[in-house]
Amino acid sequence: MTTPLIVTRELAKSYELGGMSVQALRGVSLTINRGEFVAVMGPSGSGKSTFMNLLGCLDVPSSGDYVLADEPIAGLDSDALAAIRNRRIGFVFQSFNLLPRTSALENIALPLLYCGVPADERDCRAAARLAEVGLAERGHHHPAQLSGGQQQRVAIARALVNDPVLILADEPTGALDTQTSCEVMALLQQLNARGLTVVLVTHEHDIAEFAHRVVSFRDGRVVEDRQVSQPKDAAAMAAQLRAGQAAEQIQP
Amino acid sequence: MNVLASIRIALRALRINKLRSALTMLGIIIGVAAVITMIAVGSGAQERIEEQIKGLGTNLIILTPGSTVAGGVRMGSGSRNTLTEEDGYAIQRDVAAVQVSAPTLRGTGQVVGGSGNWSTVFFGITPEFLEARNWVVAHGKPIEPADIAGSAKVALLGETVARNLFGDVDPVGQAIRIRKVPFTVIGTLEKKGQNLYGTDQDDVILMPISTARNRVIGQGAGRLRTVGSVSIKVRDGEDMKEAEAQIRDLMRQRHRLQQGQEDDFSLRNLSEVLAAREESGRIMGLLLAAVASVSLLVGGIGIMNIMLVSVTERTREIGLRMAVGARGRDILTQFLVEAITLALIGGFLGIMLGVGGTLAIGEFADWPIRLGVEPVLLAVGFSGAIGIFFGYYPARKASRLLPIEALRYE
Repeated sequence: MTTPLIVTRELAKSYELGGMSVQALRGVSLTINRGEFVAVMGPSGSGKSTFMNLLGCLDVPSSGDYVLADEPIAGLDSDALAAIRNRRIGFVFQSFNLLPRTSALENIALPLLYCGVPADERDCRAAARLAEVGLAERGHHHPAQLSGGQQQRVAIARALVNDPVLILADEPTGALDTQTSCEVMALLQQLNARGLTVVLVTHEHDIAEFAHRVVSFRDGRVVEDRQVSQPKDAAAMAAQLRAGQAAEQIQP
Repeated sequence: MNVLASIRIALRALRINKLRSALTMLGIIIGVAAVITMIAVGSGAQERIEEQIKGLGTNLIILTPGSTVAGGVRMGSGSRNTLTEEDGYAIQRDVAAVQVSAPTLRGTGQVVGGSGNWSTVFFGITPEFLEARNWVVAHGKPIEPADIAGSAKVALLGETVARNLFGDVDPVGQAIRIRKVPFTVIGTLEKKGQNLYGTDQDDVILMPISTARNRVIGQGAGRLRTVGSVSIKVRDGEDMKEAEAQIRDLMRQRHRLQQGQEDDFSLRNLSEVLAAREESGRIMGLLLAAVASVSLLVGGIGIMNIMLVSVTERTREIGLRMAVGARGRDILTQFLVEAITLALIGGFLGIMLGVGGTLAIGEFADWPIRLGVEPVLLAVGFSGAIGIFFGYYPARKASRLLPIEALRYE
């Protein structure tokens, strides 16, 4: 049973840059079903980031239609877009974007602050999400006291806290080493296995191979859209890397 | 997002840059403290002047002899002995607007009595004097017409004199010597305090005018019974200017002055002097308030400046908050609350500093102060308003950022 979550039709975006009109996206029609794990690939300037921003309601298209969870997005005002970002979408960024000098729990609870959830329920839900990403004891640590991988897991917990229908991950492993990348990907795979739709932007083929479907962009158009029959298992790879590292430590 | 959460976020943001927040507040602190101190000191001075007006009587006119001109040099007021006791009585009799008119003779001398020896001022007065000057006998009895008629050697002591001669002993009935003339103390006067020029008004002895003339100053008989001044109290509800004009007419007539000839006396309306002082005090207060307001304004600009810096610094934070669902108005509220919090904390510290400074001025400079609730409320309201006014522009700037551009801001 597959129902479409994201439907775009001839989605286009152009910018004015120094008096010149730049076509960042030239008509993208794409359907992503609920429960899919999609990697969006392409070189820089291919339009993949623009596409992500449009999917994330951070930006509005110049033309074309976008329907998210049966709700047409085009024409909504900024407050309505904020509400959709708040309730429907969880963002994971390359640079984590956690608030400095703010505890992990408070960082996770941030989206709840903007939809009127009372304070004790915020704490409760944030703590539950933190436990889900395996950092239960780190709730009162500040981002500066956490490793990159831990910070990204806190960011993922934040993305999950308001029960979104879609996780948008923009180069989530870009600032992480291979092993931590695998761990973060394992977490995303795990969430996807539970039925959450994940859209991942990356330019690394290794990372894209963890997804079930790879959509490649070039010059503002989709040039390739293929299913991956056997996605790699990130958890297994992470375990393998850990084992290898342990062996290295024993026998340098 | 509720206000409480906004305040917590604001306090956290202010804590992160403690020094910067403190320096920003300093402008507001100084401004508010200045406003409070100025108002307290200004209204204290005003109050003292009002008290003096009340003590003096607002309808008092002092008549003094004019100045002489000798060889083109003015000799100063009172240098001419043109004013007589009869002038004083005539004013009371002939000018309807006058309630009482009290001719007064002034002298200085050494007083011996009790355990003390004191140099003071004495006034030879008529019974109307106390009424004219709004003064009352605190203890004992006043000088009566019979005392004048008989040149009785009786005296009323001012509070300072009584204290210096007799200490805690009740002076009524005691014997004193004024310029070696023996007197009996019949009463003490109520404490009156300093006058406008800082002279102690209680350092005085009152005696019958006839006694002063005949027995103490020793003016020979047959000469005009000149006096130093006449204190004139105008009836309540009468026009002071009108009364003054009538007194002037009468005096010119009595002194047989021709048209065009200068007055040989002068009339001073003390309440006018006080009113002028009060007015200048008010203007001074306004000036100080203006200066204080300018420093509040500068403090407000400091807040705006820092909030603008803060918005720029935290562009990515704003972007992130927007990405996770903050609406423009949430961001606006956040930064506005931050600015208001900054201003109000500054305001409260300013109030403490202002009240402390005011009390210190009252204590050490011996300046009359009056601390009211109004200036404090005014200061709180003002600093809150400054927070809103100067915080609004930066906050609106923050709220209008586009999420995608704010997120990408380096």
